[in-house]
Amino acid sequence: MRLNTAWLDQTDGITKKTTRDFASQTILEEGRKNPNLVVLDADLALSTKTIRFKQTFPDRFFDMGIQEQNMMGVAAGLATCGKTVIAATFATFATAQCYNVIRQSICYPRLNVKIYATHGGISVGGDGATHQMVEDIALMKSLPGMTVLAPSDAQEVASAVHAMCAFEGPTYLRLGRNDEPDIFESVDPFEIGKAHMLLPGDDITIAAMGTMTKAALIAAKQLEKEGIGARVLHCPTIKPLDEDAVVRAARETGAIVSCEEHTVLSGLGASIAWTLARHHPTVMGYVGIKDTFGESGSGQELIEKYGLGVKDIVCRVKEVLEVKKKQDRATVPA
Amino acid sequence: MPDHSERLLRHLERRSAEVRKLVVDAVYHAGSGHIGGALSLTDALVCLYFHHMDYDPKRPDWEDRDRFVLSKGHTCAAMYACLALHGLFPVEELRGLRSTGHFLQGHPDMRKTPGVEFTTGSLGQGLSGSIGMALAARLDDKEYRVYCAIGDGECQEGQIWEAAASASHHGLDNLCVLLDRNGLQIDGPVEEIMSIEPLPKRWRSFGWHVIEVDGHDHDEILRALAVASEVKGQPTCIILKTIKGKGVSFMEGSISFHGRAPKDEEYQKAMEELGAELARIDRLGVTA
Repeated sequence: MRLNTAWLDQTDGITKKTTRDFASQTILEEGRKNPNLVVLDADLALSTKTIRFKQTFPDRFFDMGIQEQNMMGVAAGLATCGKTVIAATFATFATAQCYNVIRQSICYPRLNVKIYATHGGISVGGDGATHQMVEDIALMKSLPGMTVLAPSDAQEVASAVHAMCAFEGPTYLRLGRNDEPDIFESVDPFEIGKAHMLLPGDDITIAAMGTMTKAALIAAKQLEKEGIGARVLHCPTIKPLDEDAVVRAARETGAIVSCEEHTVLSGLGASIAWTLARHHPTVMGYVGIKDTFGESGSGQELIEKYGLGVKDIVCRVKEVLEVKKKQDRATVPA
Repeated sequence: MPDHSERLLRHLERRSAEVRKLVVDAVYHAGSGHIGGALSLTDALVCLYFHHMDYDPKRPDWEDRDRFVLSKGHTCAAMYACLALHGLFPVEELRGLRSTGHFLQGHPDMRKTPGVEFTTGSLGQGLSGSIGMALAARLDDKEYRVYCAIGDGECQEGQIWEAAASASHHGLDNLCVLLDRNGLQIDGPVEEIMSIEPLPKRWRSFGWHVIEVDGHDHDEILRALAVASEVKGQPTCIILKTIKGKGVSFMEGSISFHGRAPKDEEYQKAMEELGAELARIDRLGVTA
């Protein structure tokens, strides 16, 4: 993975890309390669952009209407007949509306259904709390056999869609709604279960997923100016988590702050904490949604209001570093 | 319309009695399970598995096979009995139902049990899966048909009606629902708990071809299945008018046998009754 240093040096004024465009374009490419790829949507084909697939392969596209539960069940039935199925809708409807169908009809029988969920997180903005899904990772990661992905920029999203289609088994792919800057100059072929160190640093690790990785990078750059070496560990796979990378980061930096546009109760940070509690107990801080619903507003304003901004990451890093220092002092022999 | 011979009908009646005995025996040995709805659906299952479906028990994974999905998964003992009589696993295994580590789960598991097409249990989901299979047949230009058994109480689930709408929207004439209208659910009579009438009208209004039959008359069931196979441009719903617990006098119409195993003396009596039924059919002298 190569970072886009031009963006990192000058984060304002960089063109942003609609990640859904790249996801849908890649789904189309996968459809060309694999005649057994079938795409379902639930009346959001214009938003999720699966409309592209519909236009090119109308026979292999089904708009299931506003019937998300039926869509997930139909996806499962198609998968029993050897189809690779992509079921697309917003994260709220894909997960909360369908949890038991995904559980029984898809995950328990380990069927090859790919849930392509857009509009995850609070930065969805104006639609308000009903559409700002901040518990989807929690729901999906708790299902046995479910793989959970949250890539960051357009290129990485495309590469994650390729990987998801090549992978056999139920998968949840989460995108945000808003356009994203190119944080990568180039990306490696997406490896499910692999985390990436994007910036080095020895004082602390900032671990981030999806839409929060860009803020983690900017925060790390600011901290660097203050003489704090913050490592950035990008975790586009939440499950299976790259436990080796997490433990290595904890060993080498001694503190971790997680960043996610998701409830802190049971998302990326919780998975990291669970890993560290078993393998290498480490001081942690969490940047995420604090057990609350969102509200209407502009995406960026909500990010600030709900404590997910760059300054929140910087602040949390400093708090955690204080704890780390106290701990270090306590362990110094008298 | 095919004329079903006496010989065929006696054969199916005998199969039904055998399946019912195996159901009672399996649930008794499991110590829990759902007898009532298994016995009400038995005759329709027997018609499907032992005559109507294009199905080769020696090749349960044959890709052109007709598929059967038991959406009312709690009544799986009857489906397991059919699969065992087809030789997919030894009949003795039925006594392992619900026991730890056994491949016969309390609700159907397509990964554990040979011949099970779709994992079900939480009601309302099997019809959606069946639609996926029916759409796959169309995509792959295959002739196979998909059968899905649902309960009458299950028709209270919203997902059933999502599925019902989408099946007719897509004109899935390769899909047939068998609706076990036994009239009872756990908490009482379906019409008292949450009415689903007018049932035929509801399904018709969702674009389905509806046929109502005596769900214990093999001849009527077979004729309805034959009609369903000929219907073009829409799916068919066969409403099976049935009796919960059918075939065991004291279980018939009994809510208590929805979800409990028979006690020792009930088991003895049920097995005697079903044994007598088998003997009666055998005395008619026409068997397979």
